[in-house]
Amino acid sequence: MAIFVNNETRVVCQGITGSAGSFHAEKCLEYGTKLVAGVTPGKGGTTFLGKVPIFDTVSSAVRETGADTSLIFVPPPFAADAILEAVDAGVGFVVCITEGIPVLDMVKVKNALRGSKTRLLGPNCPGIISPGQCKIGIMPAHIHRRGDIGIISRSGTLTYEAVDQVTKLGLGQSTCIGIGGDPVNGTNFIDVLSQFEQDPETKAVVMIGEIGGTAEEDAARFVRDHMSKPVVGFIAGMTAPKGKRMGHAGAIISGGKGTAAEKIAEMERCGIRVAKSPSEIGSTLKYVFSH
Amino acid sequence: MKLHEYQSKELFKKYDLPVPKGWLLEDLSGLDEILRKAGNTMLVVKAQVHAGGRGKGGGVKLGRSPEEIRNHAKTILGMTLVTHQTGPQGVTVRKVLLEEGCKIKKEMYLGLTVDRGHGKIAIMASEAGGMDIEEVAAKTPEKIHIELVDPLIGLMPYQARKLAFALNLTGTLAKDWVPFLTKVYKVFADNDCSLVEINPLVITADDTLIALDGKIDLDGNALFRHRDLLEFRDVHEEDPREFEASKHGLSFISLDGNIGCMVNGAGLAMATMDIIKHHGGSPANFLDVGGSATTEAVTEAFKLLLSDSQVKGVMINIFGGIMKCDTIANGIIEASKRVAVKVPLVVRLEGTNVDLGKKILKESGLAITTADTMADAAQKIVTIVKQGRA
Repeated sequence: MAIFVNNETRVVCQGITGSAGSFHAEKCLEYGTKLVAGVTPGKGGTTFLGKVPIFDTVSSAVRETGADTSLIFVPPPFAADAILEAVDAGVGFVVCITEGIPVLDMVKVKNALRGSKTRLLGPNCPGIISPGQCKIGIMPAHIHRRGDIGIISRSGTLTYEAVDQVTKLGLGQSTCIGIGGDPVNGTNFIDVLSQFEQDPETKAVVMIGEIGGTAEEDAARFVRDHMSKPVVGFIAGMTAPKGKRMGHAGAIISGGKGTAAEKIAEMERCGIRVAKSPSEIGSTLKYVFSH
Repeated sequence: MKLHEYQSKELFKKYDLPVPKGWLLEDLSGLDEILRKAGNTMLVVKAQVHAGGRGKGGGVKLGRSPEEIRNHAKTILGMTLVTHQTGPQGVTVRKVLLEEGCKIKKEMYLGLTVDRGHGKIAIMASEAGGMDIEEVAAKTPEKIHIELVDPLIGLMPYQARKLAFALNLTGTLAKDWVPFLTKVYKVFADNDCSLVEINPLVITADDTLIALDGKIDLDGNALFRHRDLLEFRDVHEEDPREFEASKHGLSFISLDGNIGCMVNGAGLAMATMDIIKHHGGSPANFLDVGGSATTEAVTEAFKLLLSDSQVKGVMINIFGGIMKCDTIANGIIEASKRVAVKVPLVVRLEGTNVDLGKKILKESGLAITTADTMADAAQKIVTIVKQGRA
């Protein structure tokens, strides 16, 4: 078991002929992901690496290949359009890697998604991996190992750091999910936590947040009220100054809201053990397991 | 991207929103012309800087006569303005706005922003105008009224009316409020704003609405479709090194510590700052060279870090994912050939091809301290910098 995706998942990659798209599509194929189609308008009828058919539209890709999940590498000005095209084609799960999409585009997409059956992951995220089953994203495969820890994060490389620590402890991951660093995104912490709670393979969860917004506080209260599995956490940005955007569009303390201290306090109040330093994520998890 | 008050008001005027009559002054030689155009009237002299708290810092003054106006303009133009948002070093005032005053009956607050949790546009309005809205929100949240707008539908008149009645507007004011708010909403939505704030939004003695102040932040990611707004960018207001970094696609924020850091990825970069602090050091900056840094990016990043004389040591923390550690190691060596590295370097590499990367660094002959984990690297750089070892 894994959440959202598994070895049956059939993936269409939008923007497969771009530099990032082609590089990572190949890596996903190498991992064993069932990448069944690519989409680049105007290049329909050709193939990727001589084996993956490319289509002009997502709907034709879905019709011809039965793709049920999309992986998007389309540049920011066209990314909202790409997401909505996947929704229109009936794709159930959309993973958008693109960084730098205008916020109001995402606000429109989010409102358009209400009432649809599509789940969006991202944008501005590393994607999702269920070790040993499939990788739909840009994370380095080799640091992962199949196991029973669920990992969820707003960050990319910091997630790899956590994954690496977990793997080096001799543990492994059920599914690792990056929800992305933008202020308005699709899947949130709570969506993922509730899936991990129901997933029989997942025994504990690592949740990595950062400054900005109040998603971590909401997630902490969800953990307190609805989760039986242990959750450990880390929040990046203790030393971040107010009013400055720290790389991620969503990582900003504004109007006095969104500080790391507030988040950590609420998480601890809700029974989440929070690592004091990013290098202690693994050991914190181990501590929780042995107590 | 932040706009100045005068730029925000230019945008307001395009949407037919009422603002006070005003003139921009960049050079004292233009003052006589403005005084002649304004006629014999009182003018408010307002410093045009991005930081808030201008009034308390002495950057806003009322001139009741041409002499007073002249004196205020002379004082404010070119002054170093220090407010709670500028830091102790302050900012130089390069432009002032001279504006006609108005008879104020009441000051209100209006702010539009994106509500992250709901994924909608939030309109916040309050009768407690002219004050620091963060303080109002903290002490008396019931005084702030909020309407959430679905951008696919847009602002509906009923939502505007709800706010009008919540603000206790009556008669012609309540009627005028709906088109006023609709225009402000259009400013926000049309221009991809991340913030539009009017504080105070004034009710004049003769019961009209006027935007006495204006503050707009634009979404930097949307500027590709607003080329006309790019002329509003004021690089004088930006940290010179942050501006330089942005030209090379690097995400850089200056801090006041002495340990420079170079990291790939925003979350890991924040975590690196945190771990330096955790081990008793003080980070000099946030720097994200990107998830897949190139040799060029590493070189530019190096230049930036070393251009700060406060930096007494540098910690490089790379989690090679798609990016291979040997590529990063070569980048560091290449960069150190182009930029003289005179401060100690602690490098932590992890991930793809880590052994090869470490070998390359070791054989380069560069004075580099290597570290195995983030904690190890942080401890080493903090110790080295504290000892003042070079």
